[in-house]
Amino acid sequence: MSSLLSVRDLRVTFPITRAGDMPWTAPRQLRAVNGIDFDLEAGKTLGVVGESGCGKSTLARGLIQMVPASGQVVWRGETDLLSLSRRQMKRYRSEIQMVFQDPLASLNPRMTLGQIIAEPLKTHRSDLSSEERRRRVAAMMERVGLLPQMINRYPHEFSGGQCQRIGIARALVMEPKLLICDEPVSALDVSIQAQVVDLLKDLQRDLGLAMIFIAHDLSVVKHISEEVMVLYLGRVMEKAPKSALFADPQHPYTQALMSAVPIPDPVAERAKKVIALDGDLPSPMAPPSGCVFRTRCPRAQSECAQTVPQPGTDAHRTACLFPGPTKQSELGHEM
Amino acid sequence: MALLDIDNLSVTFDTDDGPVYAVSELSLSIDRGQTLGIVGESGSGKSQTAFAIMGLLAGNGRTAGSVRFDGQELLTASKKQMNALRAHRIAMIFQDPMTSLNPYMRISDQMAEVLTLHQGMSKRDAVAEATHMLDAVRIPSAAERIRLFPHEFSGGMRQRVMIAMSLLCKPDLLIADEPTTALDVTVQAQIMNLLADLQREFDMATILITHDLGVVAGFCERVTVMYGSRVMEEGPTDPLFAKPTHPYTLGLLGAVPRIDDEDAQMTAIVGNPPNMADPPSGCPFHPRCDFAGDDCLTMPPLEPFAEGRARACRRPVEKIAP
Repeated sequence: MSSLLSVRDLRVTFPITRAGDMPWTAPRQLRAVNGIDFDLEAGKTLGVVGESGCGKSTLARGLIQMVPASGQVVWRGETDLLSLSRRQMKRYRSEIQMVFQDPLASLNPRMTLGQIIAEPLKTHRSDLSSEERRRRVAAMMERVGLLPQMINRYPHEFSGGQCQRIGIARALVMEPKLLICDEPVSALDVSIQAQVVDLLKDLQRDLGLAMIFIAHDLSVVKHISEEVMVLYLGRVMEKAPKSALFADPQHPYTQALMSAVPIPDPVAERAKKVIALDGDLPSPMAPPSGCVFRTRCPRAQSECAQTVPQPGTDAHRTACLFPGPTKQSELGHEM
Repeated sequence: MALLDIDNLSVTFDTDDGPVYAVSELSLSIDRGQTLGIVGESGSGKSQTAFAIMGLLAGNGRTAGSVRFDGQELLTASKKQMNALRAHRIAMIFQDPMTSLNPYMRISDQMAEVLTLHQGMSKRDAVAEATHMLDAVRIPSAAERIRLFPHEFSGGMRQRVMIAMSLLCKPDLLIADEPTTALDVTVQAQIMNLLADLQREFDMATILITHDLGVVAGFCERVTVMYGSRVMEEGPTDPLFAKPTHPYTLGLLGAVPRIDDEDAQMTAIVGNPPNMADPPSGCPFHPRCDFAGDDCLTMPPLEPFAEGRARACRRPVEKIAP
C-alpha cells in the first residue's frame, strides 16, 4: 500500500533582494527548506521539531503550495500536488487542512463563530443545502467542545483556547484526511495546552486523521506523535519512531535540544547535564558548508566541513558523520 | 529585615468596562541573595506585581497596600525617589529584548547612559565598564560589538545585552519578567545558566516571573504560585514540586508535558481562566477545581500549614484525596 503523503526532495527557496541592489543584480537565494524526504501513513502523526528559523513552518506551507516549492509531494500515491495548477489544487485543499499558531489572528474578526466554521463548506461544498450545512456546523461545534449558544459570537469574545477550538473545527468540518498543525498550542497557557492536545488526539483516533504536528516544544511533540523529525536550517538532522528518538537519540543536535528542555522537577532539573551549544544559529543566507550544524556541534571534525551528511532511508535515520550516544566530554556544567 | 516586603498589595485598572482586578491582596517577601519564582498563567497578575514594584503601571492602574524595599515604601514614593532606586538598586529584565532596547541608540550609548546618570561616571569610564559587563555575560568580542545597534544582534544576544545593562549598577534586587519566553530552548538554557552564575556572583536577590515550571525548578529557592490575581500556594521549591497541596498547583504540574518521563500523561485542567473584569466570587480557581465545595465561595486566607509553606485553600489535596 502506498503512503497517504510521500514527500521527496522538497525545497523552498526565497529570492532575497538586498537594500541597494541594482534591478539587474541576481537576488540571493535563501534556502528555507533544503531537500526533505518523508512518508506519512493514513491515521499517523509526524511531529516536526526545530528551533525558530529551521524551516518547519515553511515546510508546512510548501506542502500545500502556500509558498512555491519544488520536489515531489505525492498524495495517496497518485497525484503530485506540486505539479497541479491552483485550480486543480482546489480539489485537494479540502482533503488537507491546516490549523495555525495564533488562534485569534487566524480567525476573521468580523465573522461569527458559525460563519467561520461554515465557510469551508460554502467554498468547497456548494451542493449542500443550508439546512445540511447548519447541521454539520452544529455537530462539529459539539465535537470540539463549543456550546451551541456560542454560534453567533465573534472571535474576540473567546479565550485563546476556545479560539483554537474554533480553528480546529473550521479545519475538520471538511472531513480532511490530513491535518497540518503549525504550532497549535504554543500560544496557549499550560492548562489549556493539555486540553487542545487531548482534543487533537481524540479527534485523530475517532476520525482516522493523519497529522503533521509542528512545534518547537519537544515535550509536546512527544505526547502526540508516532514519528518525529528534527530539522535544523532547512535540513533533516534525525528522523525516527518516537520511542527510538527519545530513548536513543543519535544526532548531537537532537541530544542538545533534548538536554535543554527544562524539567518541572527541581531534583531532576538540578542534576541534569546540558549539552551547551555555542553561539547562534548561522544565517540561512550563508549556511555553513558541509553539515549545517557543524559550527555549533561539539562533535565536529574537519570532514564535517566537506561532506553534507545524508540521512539515508532507515526507519531511524541520522544525517551525521559521527552519530551515536552523547559522550561524557560533550556535557556542559550543571544548571 | 527582608529586602523586599510586599503586604496586601492590590492592583486595579480602571477601564471603560469597569475595574479589572489584576492583583488582589498579595503578600510576599524576599531576603538578600534569595531567588523567588512567581509562576502563573497569562492574566494571573504576575507581571503586574512586578510593574507595581517598579512603579511602571499603566496610567489607569491603582494600587493599595504596601511595597517596602529596604525599609522604604515604594507605592507612595515620588518619581524622583523611584528614579534614584530604579536601575541603581532594583533592576528589571523584560520579556522581549527587541522592544525594550532603543533601536536608535548604539548599545554603547544605551549602556553608558545608565552609569553616567546613576553614578556620575564620565562617558569613557562608563563605556569601559559596559564593555566589561558584556564580557561578563559572555558576548564574544565585546569591545567591537558594543558599537553595534540592537537589530544587529540575535534574540539571545539581545537578552544578554539586557542582562548586562540591568547589572551595571550591581542592583540588590533583579526582577526578570519572562526572560527566556521569546527564546529557543537551547538559547534559553544558555541564558538561565548565565543568570544563575551572575546571581551567585553578585549575590543579588532575584525574582523570576515565568509560566514555565521547568525554568523555576532549576533556578529558584522559593516559589509563589498565582492564579486569578491571587497567591494560591507558596513555599520552598523542592517540597512544593514534590508534594503540591493546592489543587491548582497539582493541576498545573499535571498539565505540563514532560520529556523525561516515558509514560507521563498531560492531564488538562477543565474550563477556562477567569475574566478578571468579572472574577468568580470566592476562590478564583473554584469553577475549575475538582475538589471545590460550597465553602469555596468565599476566599480562603493565605495560611501557613507546614515549614515555610502557605496556601489559600480550604480543601487542600491531602484532605480531599489523601
